[in-house]
Amino acid sequence: MSEGITPSQTVGPFLAIGLPWPDGPFVVPAGTAGSIVIEGIVLDGAGQPVPDALVETWQADPDGRFNHPDDPRGPATAPDGFRGFGRSATDPGGNYRIVTLRPGPLPCPDGGTEAPHLDVSVFARGLLDRVVTRIYFCDEADANAADPVLASIADPARRATLIAAQDPGDAAGGRFRFDIRLQGDGETVFFDV
Amino acid sequence: MTGSDQRHASAAETVSFTLPRYVSAAGVHPPLDTQAYQSSRLRAPGQPLIPMTQRLTEITGPVLGAGRVTADDADLTTGHAGEPLGERIIVSGRVLDSDGRPVPDTLIEIWQANASGRYAHRVDDHPAPLDPNFTGEGRCVTDSLGRYQFVTIKPGAYPWRNHYNAWRPAHIHFSLLGRAFTQRLVTQMYFPADPLFPLDPIFNSIPDPQARARLIAAFDIELTQPDWALGYRWDIVLRGRTATVFETPGN
Repeated sequence: MSEGITPSQTVGPFLAIGLPWPDGPFVVPAGTAGSIVIEGIVLDGAGQPVPDALVETWQADPDGRFNHPDDPRGPATAPDGFRGFGRSATDPGGNYRIVTLRPGPLPCPDGGTEAPHLDVSVFARGLLDRVVTRIYFCDEADANAADPVLASIADPARRATLIAAQDPGDAAGGRFRFDIRLQGDGETVFFDV
Repeated sequence: MTGSDQRHASAAETVSFTLPRYVSAAGVHPPLDTQAYQSSRLRAPGQPLIPMTQRLTEITGPVLGAGRVTADDADLTTGHAGEPLGERIIVSGRVLDSDGRPVPDTLIEIWQANASGRYAHRVDDHPAPLDPNFTGEGRCVTDSLGRYQFVTIKPGAYPWRNHYNAWRPAHIHFSLLGRAFTQRLVTQMYFPADPLFPLDPIFNSIPDPQARARLIAAFDIELTQPDWALGYRWDIVLRGRTATVFETPGN
């Protein structure tokens, strides 16, 4: 039996009524040992902040495992309170923020290895379907160089839009910046998955 | 990581393993650069999307919900001092994948305007009354057969600034997590025979008229409760999957 897939529609300007959760940005509870912050701004094609966007993240745990029945490696032993999923509405300045643990690298079905990453969905008024991107880490240069998804992007400048930068003022090394440019100069790479 | 975990992980790296693959939704969803929808002009990406092979992160996803909702969350007409104004309705249906399999235990979140076509949101300045007894947000989790049900009021149509005399057909926003990142869907449910359909650039952004029609709920007298509420039935279909075996070269 084959059913027609339900089409997407925009979240519109009022997603704040239904979608944000108080604990949405916290993939792990605040104060969890080893937690990191990933934050950035969502910008439109005129370089203006997008104050009515929703950014969602999905990722492996630090061992590179998923607490999901389709992970063929069996049950994960994620740290207490680790949800894998983050959701942050943007503020009036277009800023989002996720508190999480660094994901581990992942084996590929065909034998390679994916560098540590988060899958990202961005929803906003003006987007008739979500756009999908990935966050990688600037301090994983070797793993990034071997990553099959990054390798599928021919232009190094475009590839660089997927690498979260370390906050230079952050001595502890737990803050990363990942801006999302929906359109225009420095446009973030978006994927058809 | 324990030694046993490590052995598991390294085994997975050297032995082929099976991942489901979610079918393409090509041609179903609206093109991002739909010019008739003004808000897309500065927000839709200008570069083509880059095809991505589905791997572990894409075929898994957050399976949560049960702990995040209470039974009351599915009734948008309660939780306030009084009853909201408007036509009380029951919206019910099933979440399936495109192979016809139910999608159980998945979180559905909805939000909508009130009966006058006004959202309880500071940005909405439509000069229609707010309803102190209606916030317009609800959530539930599908049961083991993929079924869901909400009680709410029928939202009103409302004007917007997309073009001269632009009005949105009445709709309820739906958000579904599905069982995998690949199945994530945000959409809108419409009501039968709305005269605004031919005029709405968001509804008409879906290229295939048959796919468009799948966003329209059906009035259902069986679901309608006597002396209480009209029933609308609406099934939601997420991308289905096929198992694909990947072989490690050399094995």
